Amino acid sequence: MARTSLKVNGKAHVVDVDSECPLLYALRDNLALNNPRFGCGLGQCGACTVLLDNRAVRSCRLPVSLAAGKEIVTLEGLGSPDNPHPVQKAFTEEQAFQCGYCLNGWVLTAKALLDKTPHPTDAEMRRAFESLVCRCGSHVGIFNAVRKAADSMKRSA
Amino acid sequence: MPPKTILSRREFVRNAGGLLIGFSLADATVLPRVLAASPEDVMETPSPGRLDAWLQIEKDGAIRVFTGKVEIGMGVETGYTQIVAEELDVAPERVHFVMGDTSMTTDQGGVGGSTSIMLGAKPLRNVAATARFLLLQLASARLGAPLEQLQVHDGIVSVQGEAAKSVSYGDLAGGANLNDALKVSGRGFALNVEGIGKPKDPASYTVVGKPLPRVDIAPKILGQWQFVTDVRVPGMLHGRVVRPARAGAKLVSLDEQSVKPIAGYVKTVVDGNFVGVVAESEWAAIRAAQALKVTWTDAEPAFPAQMHLYDHMRNVTPKASRETLKKGDAAVALASAATKPEATYEWPFQSHATMGPGCAVADVHLDGVTTVWSGGQKPHALQQGFAELLGVPPNKVRVIWVEDAGSYGRPGFEDTAADAVLLSRAVGKPVRVQWTREDMTAWGTKGPAVICNMAAGLSAQGEVSAFRFTSRAFSGGEVMYLPSTAGNFLGAQLTGIPNTTGVDEFAQWGEACVAYAFPNVHADAYVVPAFLAAASPLRTTHLRDPEGPATTFATESFMDELAAAAGADPVAFRLKYLDDERLKAVLTKAAEKFGWDQRPSPKKPAGTSEIAAGRGVALTLRGETRVATVAEVEVNRRTGAVHVKRFVCVHDCGLIINPEALRGTIAANLIQSLSRSLKEEVMFDGTHVTSVDWNTYPIARASDVPDQVDIVLIDHPEIPPSGAGEPASRPTAAAIGNAIFDATGARVRRGPLTPERIQAALAALQPA
Repeated sequence: MARTSLKVNGKAHVVDVDSECPLLYALRDNLALNNPRFGCGLGQCGACTVLLDNRAVRSCRLPVSLAAGKEIVTLEGLGSPDNPHPVQKAFTEEQAFQCGYCLNGWVLTAKALLDKTPHPTDAEMRRAFESLVCRCGSHVGIFNAVRKAADSMKRSA
Repeated sequence: MPPKTILSRREFVRNAGGLLIGFSLADATVLPRVLAASPEDVMETPSPGRLDAWLQIEKDGAIRVFTGKVEIGMGVETGYTQIVAEELDVAPERVHFVMGDTSMTTDQGGVGGSTSIMLGAKPLRNVAATARFLLLQLASARLGAPLEQLQVHDGIVSVQGEAAKSVSYGDLAGGANLNDALKVSGRGFALNVEGIGKPKDPASYTVVGKPLPRVDIAPKILGQWQFVTDVRVPGMLHGRVVRPARAGAKLVSLDEQSVKPIAGYVKTVVDGNFVGVVAESEWAAIRAAQALKVTWTDAEPAFPAQMHLYDHMRNVTPKASRETLKKGDAAVALASAATKPEATYEWPFQSHATMGPGCAVADVHLDGVTTVWSGGQKPHALQQGFAELLGVPPNKVRVIWVEDAGSYGRPGFEDTAADAVLLSRAVGKPVRVQWTREDMTAWGTKGPAVICNMAAGLSAQGEVSAFRFTSRAFSGGEVMYLPSTAGNFLGAQLTGIPNTTGVDEFAQWGEACVAYAFPNVHADAYVVPAFLAAASPLRTTHLRDPEGPATTFATESFMDELAAAAGADPVAFRLKYLDDERLKAVLTKAAEKFGWDQRPSPKKPAGTSEIAAGRGVALTLRGETRVATVAEVEVNRRTGAVHVKRFVCVHDCGLIINPEALRGTIAANLIQSLSRSLKEEVMFDGTHVTSVDWNTYPIARASDVPDQVDIVLIDHPEIPPSGAGEPASRPTAAAIGNAIFDATGARVRRGPLTPERIQAALAALQPA
């Protein structure tokens, strides 16, 4: 066990975990943050996505020691009910999910994509999402939400 | 808009004494109250015969509804909210649900079979109508005005023309029980109750039929939702299971020394061939499950090589048969037909492969009350099953449903919860079990493999004179969809408890597809025996419309073959053999919306370019729901790759409760069924399921999503609602296969429609 300093959603935390323990379990089990979610533990689906220095990463394979000192943002920290992130607003308006278990991957990957590429083409969007899984098949609503978010962020820019 | 109530949907739980206590799942400090049920307490399921078992009114006017139904990601809670708000004349925001807690909700059989609105909403509608009637009676006395002079707006009853004379539902009945007796009929999915209040005429609806946003979507996107993965119980340990190294293998030995050094390791639990580890932290449990040295027997191969699956099914002696229909004399008519097209279609085992692989928490007290938190679709059946597993009466077990990932049937969440029960029993503490991806994909239940053989007689004019259908399938009920016995659970089977409640479920013509009106029909169905009696990683059960996608793939592809043999347009050919006006309507509408050009398939001239384009149609009837889907595809003749460019889906499920939620469910079902049509096949060798993760069980990804999806809803307010969760999963594979045929002339008769199979079918077209 080792004490590791994590900065999550703007707050500093110290967690006492095995340095090889993936970030996912430190966030979920030590800090009681329910998003990210466990989907595969293999980096194949994206349910465990968090933002690490504003990049969408898979927390299920990332040793907690490598996240120390970085800015970690989970879905809980992206926006609030009173002030949702434009991506969250667009996904909500589009009612983009069925069960929503996978949505950390889609929402946070969309946020990272639009930060880097504010007006993604359809092909760029699909490419950014190709490594994500949604078992319910909510892709049509998700794509509509990303287009809507891109439009709204463009207007407010 | 009413003031936003401070009560949210999961704040209430009935403790052992029957009181309501405020609590939130996020707040672990109140969970001990659930756990503190004393050993003498009994956890009876509320009897449905009283109104207050279903509905209570809070002092602030909030309406609390208790239902044995649960949400599995398709928005049923929102639909129920609209139905109750409609009957009570309150804003939907006032209505809050408690779902699937066996101590707080009546047993409605859980959810399944696309029945949640069709059947499950009936008692809720009647209960709300009766509550409204009773409230109006109370208001009549309070306001001194006859019933017929009263009006209700958002839970405020007032006297017509005298707005000052008013009283709220909360003031009339808040906190008191509406103890009216209800007439109970049916059980399980069909449970219904009727009281003194009569539901409204659908023509007067103002809330039902509106696109209310789903109650769960915003909090999920804002990161404020709790799934069952987020249940944390004080003192909870973490468990993982270790499955046999080969299907049917028995435990020889294990070396606990291999895991004892792991910090936080607690115990290895062994019961027959059931093996699990328990640790103080999740990471320690994961490490222990990986490190545990276990020796298993070299079991004989339980399965044939995958390439021989369908030969095995054809040659093995069936365990059950059923004649679905014998009309006229198909054999005689076939013998005299001008042409006799025949075809065999094959559909593989498929996996639920849920997004979350299954999670549950169990707190077993053999001398008291056991509590299990699970996302399984049928909590009351789980209560029965866990009681049998533990050897205690059902009223000593409480199952609290908490939403898990979308489950599409009986995916294995039930087995996860049983694993938690077994581990908690062994360590005497609450245990949370999180299945791994492999636990779900390799060891979760499977949808059955199905073969459909068909032959038809065509006259010289291309009229169908005879139709012969025979299916051979693994049973969709080898693992009974109701997990109400111990032997239903994988973990229990590994301990040696036999699965005694499996049932034979058949791939039946007419049940799992449209029954066209041919003059002579003979349809029968066979079930082939399971490979292993118990604990098989290929055990079969319900996966989103058990035999529907496989059977409809076969019959609707074969209809297309018959149309081609008759030189007829596929839409016009189908219409000739339909006598159901609503089926004709969805098919006609789908063709119209798509811009269907009437002509026979395949498209001529075939062309020689690398990319060939085509369109195909398929139709289904599931219960009372009608669906027609048109797929437009591009096929790469060189690689065999197929891309669906567009879907048009026309859907008629009677009265529509929430059109936007319905569109969302259909759109997602189209993508999921596209995935099953093009990609999904459980792979195995003689001793293992080798599809273990998203690489070895690939499903549709972003690049596979069609460029355009058009959904047309046909609303029939005069017809009671029928199911919508499953029907759209049926026609997709045949629509795509028929479009591939239209584009290229190549017919693929084995699912999924992979590039290799399309290439092979294309190669077979080349003249020898």
